Amino acid sequence: MKDRREGKVNTSGSLRNTLMVSLIGGAVVLAVILYLVVRTYAAQIAQSTQDRILSASITSILDAAAIRNDTLSVELPYSAFSILSTQADDRFFYAIYQDGEFLSGYDRMVHAQTPPGEVRFESGRYDGSDLRIATASRRLVGGSERTTLSVTVAQTQENLAGVLNRISRNAALLGFGFFALMTLLSLWLTYATITPLTRLAASVQRRGAEDLRPVAAPVPAEMAPLVGALNSFMGRLSHSLDQSEEFIAEAAHRVRTPLATVRSYAETTLQRVDKLENRQALRSMVRAIDESSRAAGQLLDHAMITFRADHLNKETLNLTELTQELIQAMRPIAEMKDVELDLMAHDDVQTEGDAILIQNAMRNLIDNALKYAPFETAITVKVLANPTRIKVRDYGPGFPVEEIDELATRFRRGTNSDGIIGSGLGLTIASDVATAHGGSLILTNPAEGGACATLSL
Amino acid sequence: MKFLLVEDNLDLANAVTSRMLMDGHVVDHAEKIEDAKLFSDTGEYDLILLDIMLPDGDGRSFLEHHRAKKRDTPVIVLTARSQVSDRISLLDLGADDYMTKPFDHAELQARVRAVLRRNHGSSQPVITVGDVSFDPVAGQMRVKGAPVKLRNRELRLFELLINAPNQIFSKQKLCDRLFTFDEDVSENAIEVYIGRLRKHLEPSSVTITTHRGLGYRLDQR
Repeated sequence: MKDRREGKVNTSGSLRNTLMVSLIGGAVVLAVILYLVVRTYAAQIAQSTQDRILSASITSILDAAAIRNDTLSVELPYSAFSILSTQADDRFFYAIYQDGEFLSGYDRMVHAQTPPGEVRFESGRYDGSDLRIATASRRLVGGSERTTLSVTVAQTQENLAGVLNRISRNAALLGFGFFALMTLLSLWLTYATITPLTRLAASVQRRGAEDLRPVAAPVPAEMAPLVGALNSFMGRLSHSLDQSEEFIAEAAHRVRTPLATVRSYAETTLQRVDKLENRQALRSMVRAIDESSRAAGQLLDHAMITFRADHLNKETLNLTELTQELIQAMRPIAEMKDVELDLMAHDDVQTEGDAILIQNAMRNLIDNALKYAPFETAITVKVLANPTRIKVRDYGPGFPVEEIDELATRFRRGTNSDGIIGSGLGLTIASDVATAHGGSLILTNPAEGGACATLSL
Repeated sequence: MKFLLVEDNLDLANAVTSRMLMDGHVVDHAEKIEDAKLFSDTGEYDLILLDIMLPDGDGRSFLEHHRAKKRDTPVIVLTARSQVSDRISLLDLGADDYMTKPFDHAELQARVRAVLRRNHGSSQPVITVGDVSFDPVAGQMRVKGAPVKLRNRELRLFELLINAPNQIFSKQKLCDRLFTFDEDVSENAIEVYIGRLRKHLEPSSVTITTHRGLGYRLDQR
């Protein structure tokens, strides 16, 4: 029953998921980009710092070179190496070439030709370490001597790598922090966006069946068209429900009043005619009227119960009192057939339920029993607690055994119902009411004879 | 008995009235709430039959007026609506009983009797024939002053006979009154009830005689 109320909704994706995925996905991409940018930039800065130091070192070596008395003299200034010292104890190497000939230093260094006045930088690997190599040359002129002095200085990059690691770690932290912040922000944003929607849905869902008033709570401007449409829809629904209820009441009135007229006249006429065939015709007429008015009434009741089953008007009720009231109302009919209508009930059996529906279900069961009970027998109605149930037992022919499970189906009448007025809806109504209350209708034929209908709630 | 019938449909009102006249009742008919108030303010009735949908308003407003004046004339509401769709218990509104249209007159009689019995109010006199008396409201038969317990059908049969002593009732007439329309019983079923009544009447001066081919009659010995 519940499924039917909530209805099957055709969904395509989820607003919440779309928002979350795009916001968090965006945060991830942004965080990675941030990390890469910071890291690259930091690496460039660190590299250019090392390059400047290397270049300063080379310059100081080159500057110290001079041609004295036609001989080249190169003095390696202390500062040229001291500026290269780092915290990580990076190793450094140098090599000096004159006109391409190795002059001094570390002889296994790769020598590159560079135009004078320009420092050329290279990266390489040596002995398992990354190496930054700088080469520059200077043309020296002294007397008749012209020579080109070329210096290569190389330094391992341990310190640089350390610095880069630190920066990377910080950049990663920064990226992660950014990601975390963005995620929180997207959660909040999603929540803030979805909340008015869920609040509206909850407030519509919480409403009672009869509550078709427009939604009054303020909603964000973007939702105004939806709520406006909903309000106008509910307005139309409420109007059409009112109209159809009024229509049903009016239709019942219009149909039943003339039927009552015909029935009364037929009864009166029956008292006056003696001819057997006329009497039979009149009796058939009255029976047809009873049958049609009963069918109309039960169809209407059945429709109302099917409609209400989804929206029970539940309250705490005293089932004993409710049954007593009904039995008092039905006793005159039972007395006409000389059938005893006995109530056996525990005091004050309380239950949660829809009083009118439960009474209607019981009325149908008792009505049934009255129709099949032979003269001068008894019908017992028991109200029992734990579990709450009502048993209606008669001493008639009993339910037809082979159909006992199908009797509660719509318009299904027992094969032994010949000559008894009925619409085939009575047990269906009782069964529907029981189901709507989470219970069931069980039909049995007790061993001692008769029929027993148990309505559990 | 004197009834006030409040019903706006003239055809139905005529049909009900003629059916009730047949049972020897007197019926005043009001078409509107206004008229109904006037009738009930000026006349004495044993029972009021009230339609709930009337041209000048809801029959329930008549009920309120009626109860406000502290009258204890019982009211049986005749409704064309279903109790499930109405969701209002008419009994809560001060009616003594209600019936859904179309209704069975025998059932109406039974309900009237039940309501009157509960209210102990009726202008119906106790009928006496010989040493047998019958109180139609209490449904009490007395033979030589001693109460006799009758079943409902025996009671209704006896009421018919004692209301018109010396009149012959055919089996079919008696069947019509005793059995509802959904009960297909043979006319001979009536013999069982006649037999029982005769047994109850044995010590009295009253007897039921059989008139071959015609029916039964209540006679004094």
